[in-house]
Amino acid sequence: MTKPTNIRVVLIPILGIVIGIGLGAVIVRAIGESPLETGRLLFTSAFGSAKGRSHTLFYATPLIFTGLAVAVGFRGGLFNIGAEGQLILAAFVTALAGIKLSFMPAWALVPACMLLAAAAGAAWAIIPAVLKVRFGVHEVINTIMMNFIAIGIVNYLVTGPFLAPGDQIPETALIAEAAHIPRAARLLAPFGVTLPSSVPLNASFLLAIAACCLVYVFLFRTKWGFEIRAVGLNPSAARAAGISVAKSIILAMGVSGALAAMVAINEVMGYRYRYYDGFSPGYGFLGIAVALLGRNHPFGVLCAALLFGALVQGGLTVDMLTERVSKDIVYVVQGIIIVAVASGAVLIHRRSRVKTRGVENVD
Amino acid sequence: MLTMDFGLINSGIRLAAPLTLAAIGGLFCERSGIVNIALEGLMLAGAFAAAAATLWSGNPWFGVLMAAVTGAVVALVHGVVCIKFKGNHIVSGIAINILAMGAPPFIAGAFFGTTGSTPDVARSLGTWKIGWLGMEYSPLVYLSWLAVPFAYVLVFRTRFGLRLRAAGENPWAAEAAGVNVGKVRYIAVLLSGVFAGLGGAFLSIGYGTSFVRNMTAGRGFLALAALIFGRWTPVGAFLGCLLFGFFDAFQIRLQGVGRIPPQFVQMIPYVVTMLVLVGFVGRARPPAALGKIYDRELSSTGA
Repeated sequence: MTKPTNIRVVLIPILGIVIGIGLGAVIVRAIGESPLETGRLLFTSAFGSAKGRSHTLFYATPLIFTGLAVAVGFRGGLFNIGAEGQLILAAFVTALAGIKLSFMPAWALVPACMLLAAAAGAAWAIIPAVLKVRFGVHEVINTIMMNFIAIGIVNYLVTGPFLAPGDQIPETALIAEAAHIPRAARLLAPFGVTLPSSVPLNASFLLAIAACCLVYVFLFRTKWGFEIRAVGLNPSAARAAGISVAKSIILAMGVSGALAAMVAINEVMGYRYRYYDGFSPGYGFLGIAVALLGRNHPFGVLCAALLFGALVQGGLTVDMLTERVSKDIVYVVQGIIIVAVASGAVLIHRRSRVKTRGVENVD
Repeated sequence: MLTMDFGLINSGIRLAAPLTLAAIGGLFCERSGIVNIALEGLMLAGAFAAAAATLWSGNPWFGVLMAAVTGAVVALVHGVVCIKFKGNHIVSGIAINILAMGAPPFIAGAFFGTTGSTPDVARSLGTWKIGWLGMEYSPLVYLSWLAVPFAYVLVFRTRFGLRLRAAGENPWAAEAAGVNVGKVRYIAVLLSGVFAGLGGAFLSIGYGTSFVRNMTAGRGFLALAALIFGRWTPVGAFLGCLLFGFFDAFQIRLQGVGRIPPQFVQMIPYVVTMLVLVGFVGRARPPAALGKIYDRELSSTGA
């Protein structure tokens, strides 16, 4: 398999996006609405105002985290389909910490909650990793099963012992004020930018950017990252070179789970200030799309997450302001993009391979 | 402890039916070497198609037909990505699931003006009574039972089935022996779409009376788990689906009673599947070439 040249790496996702948006436009036309008008609405809503841009960034934040999570897994040759379960478990643990550890001051409570979230996500991801290392079980099915198990455990806890007293809907009590993460309104006020404090964009977006940088450094500038990537590209060669495949797998999944868990920070500490059952519209699965589109590179993940965030924000507006286009068009477009990118991904590598007729290699 | 009664058994049988249809569909596909985690999306597509077609035509059987057709068409996308474009099976499956999350509510919103569900169908599929056996179930339940011997005979007692299994174990050897692996896999994928679509149809017009957003609620994954639990065999998958169906019925009964949390009962199928994969309850070995990218031009090492 030849190494793809740089331009081709970016070409496939861009083509995929073009195909997705193109087909989306066709679909919008087919149901009797104007694609241009819909597109204009979508674009202006996502980028046209400070409030819109803030919402775009807010919707992108969880996708950056899950996109990074899946990307790190992919780099290690692992399919982390369990990001959904990892982030749900982490969100619940975060809320619990924010409630139970309320005696701590903010400067201690915030990092404590973050660490506990990361630990919960990492632990949940390491279980399938250990099963893979120890028993050779493929992580795809295991992580899918772990999703449902996590959803079940948390649902039980939220509707039972940890239900907010007197509450009808499945959510926990509010976390302590000391565990809150500041919102954009407060952060940007000193710079003269006025945003309503109801805008949910919060400091965890900055954490997401930092995570992109850290993941880049981790994957491409540290020994562990190198080993993870080596194992992902060719486990037997890596083993022959003295790399511990087992450790790399567990480390990759642990980091992946910890990254997915960061969604909890945005959701619980920056937005709802509690655990709300069903808060995730499938961030874990969308993270797979984001990682794919971003070619498993932190910078690509950032761009892809921003695009999807814009689609979500624009989709909500389009849903409200058009007769027949609902916000679900976003899922349709995302699905088409993934299909296109998945189909094209192999073409990058095939194009430059020389096909030999006649006697094949004897191995 | 709750007393077992016929109501529970009936519920279990009814809840197992869509799982069985989807799991049998998954069996064809995975036995040919194509991973299918899109059963969830295929069921959803079938459920929606069944409801929409029934609303449009007034005839639930037309709905059943369209569910099968829609399932096949959506599965074809998965097939083309995996077979023609040699794309990653898992990613393609995820794409189908995401598409199926969005397309049905979107279409419902556009044509029925709703926020993701369809209006109630006037005529649901109804039930057929088999008096001498004392049973009365929806025809799709009976179909799910027939699917098991059908799958067994097709996969294990016909030439086509042999080719299908060969494609799943070692496509390179199969191709060398003259099997058209691509064609066999396309048929397998289409079959999976048909059956999963029918499973979805049962949810919307066989058991219920309309399509509701995301109404499969993870059943496609449960069917996949049952398939694995059943070691990729028709009878095993069927027994797995029955077992999981009973757990579901049991869990519904437990709600509100308080002694055992229903969520924990709901989780048992997933835990059990993991144990089966690990080997605690006997080893489950998938088809050897399951999920491997197969390119006719390359040898098995990719050279």
